[in-house]
Amino acid sequence: MTREEVEHAKDDMLIDGCEAQALDLKQANAVPDGFNVNYLKIYYGKLFPYYEIFKWMSYGNDGKHPACDQSYLGRREFSFTLENDIYVRFQSFSSASELENSIKEKCPFKIDIGPVYSVDPAKRHAYEQTGNNVFTPVERELIFDIDMTDYDDVRYCCSGADVCLDCWPLMTVAIKVIDTALRDDFGFNNILWVFSGRRGVHCWVCDGKARRLTNEQRAAIAEYFRVDMGGENSQKKVVLGGHALHPFLGRSYTEVLKSFFEERLLSSQKILSTEERFEKILDMIPDESITSDLRGRWQENRRSSTNKEDINVVRWEQLKHILQSSKQKDKGLRRCVEEIVFYYTYPRLDMEVSKHMNHLLKAPFCVHPKTGRVCVPIDPNCCDEFDPTTVPTLSQLLEELNRSGVGGDGETELDQTSLGESVRFFRSAFVQPLLKSCKEEMESSYNAKLQQKKNSITW
Amino acid sequence: MEIVRSQRKSPLPIVVSTIPLYRSTPELEVRLEDFELFAVDRLRVLQGISHGLSRAKKPEEMEKLVSDLWKAHMRHPLASEVINKDIISHFVLRLVYCRTEDLRKWFLAMESTLFRYRFRSESFEAQRALLAEFDLPYKAVSIAEFESVKEKLLQVARSLGQPQTSVDVLFYKVPFEEVPELVAGRRVYIQKGHAYIAMNQVVSLVVTQFRSHLSKALILTNRKWTSTIREQEKDRLTPIVEALSTSYLGPDCSQPKEYAEISLKDIDQVAKRSFPLCMHHLFEKLREDHHLKYGGRMQLGLFLKGVGLKLDDALAFWKAEFSIKVGPERFDKEYAYSIRHSFGKEGKRVDYTPYSCQKVISSTPGVGDHHGCPYRHFSEENLRASLSKMGVSNRAMEDVMEKVRNKHYQLACTLTFEAIHGSSCDSGINHPNQYFAESRKILLPKNNSAA
Ligand SMILES: [Zn+2]
Repeated sequence: MTREEVEHAKDDMLIDGCEAQALDLKQANAVPDGFNVNYLKIYYGKLFPYYEIFKWMSYGNDGKHPACDQSYLGRREFSFTLENDIYVRFQSFSSASELENSIKEKCPFKIDIGPVYSVDPAKRHAYEQTGNNVFTPVERELIFDIDMTDYDDVRYCCSGADVCLDCWPLMTVAIKVIDTALRDDFGFNNILWVFSGRRGVHCWVCDGKARRLTNEQRAAIAEYFRVDMGGENSQKKVVLGGHALHPFLGRSYTEVLKSFFEERLLSSQKILSTEERFEKILDMIPDESITSDLRGRWQENRRSSTNKEDINVVRWEQLKHILQSSKQKDKGLRRCVEEIVFYYTYPRLDMEVSKHMNHLLKAPFCVHPKTGRVCVPIDPNCCDEFDPTTVPTLSQLLEELNRSGVGGDGETELDQTSLGESVRFFRSAFVQPLLKSCKEEMESSYNAKLQQKKNSITW
Repeated sequence: MEIVRSQRKSPLPIVVSTIPLYRSTPELEVRLEDFELFAVDRLRVLQGISHGLSRAKKPEEMEKLVSDLWKAHMRHPLASEVINKDIISHFVLRLVYCRTEDLRKWFLAMESTLFRYRFRSESFEAQRALLAEFDLPYKAVSIAEFESVKEKLLQVARSLGQPQTSVDVLFYKVPFEEVPELVAGRRVYIQKGHAYIAMNQVVSLVVTQFRSHLSKALILTNRKWTSTIREQEKDRLTPIVEALSTSYLGPDCSQPKEYAEISLKDIDQVAKRSFPLCMHHLFEKLREDHHLKYGGRMQLGLFLKGVGLKLDDALAFWKAEFSIKVGPERFDKEYAYSIRHSFGKEGKRVDYTPYSCQKVISSTPGVGDHHGCPYRHFSEENLRASLSKMGVSNRAMEDVMEKVRNKHYQLACTLTFEAIHGSSCDSGINHPNQYFAESRKILLPKNNSAA
């Protein structure tokens, strides 16, 4: 796409504004909702944070330090999905300007980021000829993909691609549980959470040692996070064995899941309100006498809903009372309360995405074609405040651009839109600390190498 | 097991382990016949282990099995020769199994399992001696540090259903990356990237070391074999290695066989009559939902490749179903690549092989997943319904369920096979593609081969 065309696209939008100066300013700058290549061109032309993405993907290798690997960025795979659903894999860029020019020119509907390979992925065929199988992934962020569609059997407000403020907190809970474990258990620090644009979240763990994990080690972490919910054909839903929860599960339960389930989900999803719904929970209790007792009580008081208390909360207390009463000697039954909470709230990860180095994941700051919303970072420390329904859309951003008028450099234009805050957060809370730790790591490994060399000389 | 305190003050006992680490090639005088005999004996051990693993045997059962196998095959009349036999047989089999990724994978898995159980049955002193041989930079945790995490360690022990006294032992603190299997099973307490492993878990640490070392060595061996050894040894070792690799590797189910050529037009018919339940179930679900999640696509896709579905047919087959659900464009964009990939036409160009029963049984299907081994992963009710749909009689059904209860999933599958085909299957089922091949053998008219 030429500069001219980009300008042209922008002019189209501005004409309205010029012609209708008498009209209300807001209406004059209105941009119809939607997602199209013209909108996207302006977005990539003015708002997309190339510099930050470039600095991130370079991991400090774009500097002058002797330990810098100048080939690093050029070995990273980028994939573009173009306007007409053409999927172009194995793109690579050796500089910030190459990356920027290519995105501006091709105007991809979606940008995916793959691993860093042993050689430039764009030249993989040339290397394949040598027969040595040298084209292999060598580094990749540890990634997680959590998608609301995997929760369809535990949310009654929406299904499939839809989300609302009643079910979104399931994602918030997932962020809290996984983020805490990544930091406290695994010792990772450079973690980026991103809204996937519609109904889920992505997580990028970018510490050096995370990028260098083998597939086996990635699988181990993914398994550490996995709680078996049972397959489609098995009976029981969640089974938590043993006499106690593993410290990680225990912490997740007491610090996040329990209060979320009891104080929010129970009422917002009306989990025990109808027969169909409470039967699903009774199915998880392996004791006939208890389930028929509860069923009896719940069917009876179906009509006596004069009580001001939430029926879901009342029924949950009854269930807990029976299962946890001192009469229950069976440890398995007491565990049932926890199992139900885990089934309804525990994060459901797409395991395959995390297990393999060569899985692609959508880049932050892409725009989701179906919703028009930007894939903005989410601050895990304030994830409760994140609202997927107010994330800036493409048309909203263009409107804000129009309103701010032309002129000024890119920096200020970005700051005049509601995307400015997201980019500032991305830069200051993620990219800058990451680069600092990359630099430290580079220094220390370089010094260690020097030391080694010295030693080998004195030998 | 010893307590931290006493342990740290006592000097290291002088004990030598009898398990070699196979770090360097042996320089031993051995008769040529022994090369072959030793290797065949070791192979019997490894095959026995493979068999045990595919029956999902418990660790204690595996420990006994490995010990029995070792005693049965790896003895030598001369006591001094025992260790030589161990080392030589290992290195000969390296040559046999270094040559393809699949062979390496199998050998690596079996040798690591062998090492694991041999290590487990060593004495505590011998284990520490062996650990020292690995020369790992990890120290036992200090008493002060131990006290600070003791509660968490107790909690892990309780979560595993272990007695609390098991916490009163020596602990090592290692990077979590070194013990992936303990991390995966949440069998350790992890804090800031470090896993606290008990002495009785050290086996995981050493097996990881052993395996990563052997894995690298096999790739080197492969290079050396093709570049020099094969030629240098063409009159001595090479014929033995060639013979071993053709006669003892067992049936290779990854390649389509003579009976196994199916085309799209009769795939439904064939699926109904000759697919094992695990594949038939996926096949039906795909027809029903026009979609399968990743695990199911891999399990069924590679199986179909194994029974001889060509790449073009495979693409057409998956596209026909997925298009109904996600549309042809999304299929081309998101799924076609991975199908070509599994045929080795994209990416690393590794030709993936169909899953064995062992792999299917050990998979962990989650919400929305239909893959796995029905005998293991289905509820009893669902399994009974599926079996009767396949035409298994009530009487045979009870025999199958009996095997399921005893966790003999492959025997359950074998009985199902026999019930449906009305014919015995002496070899037992150990691979879905073998099930298919055996079924075709019985069902296809014999006069085919005469033509
Ligand atoms: Zn909702």
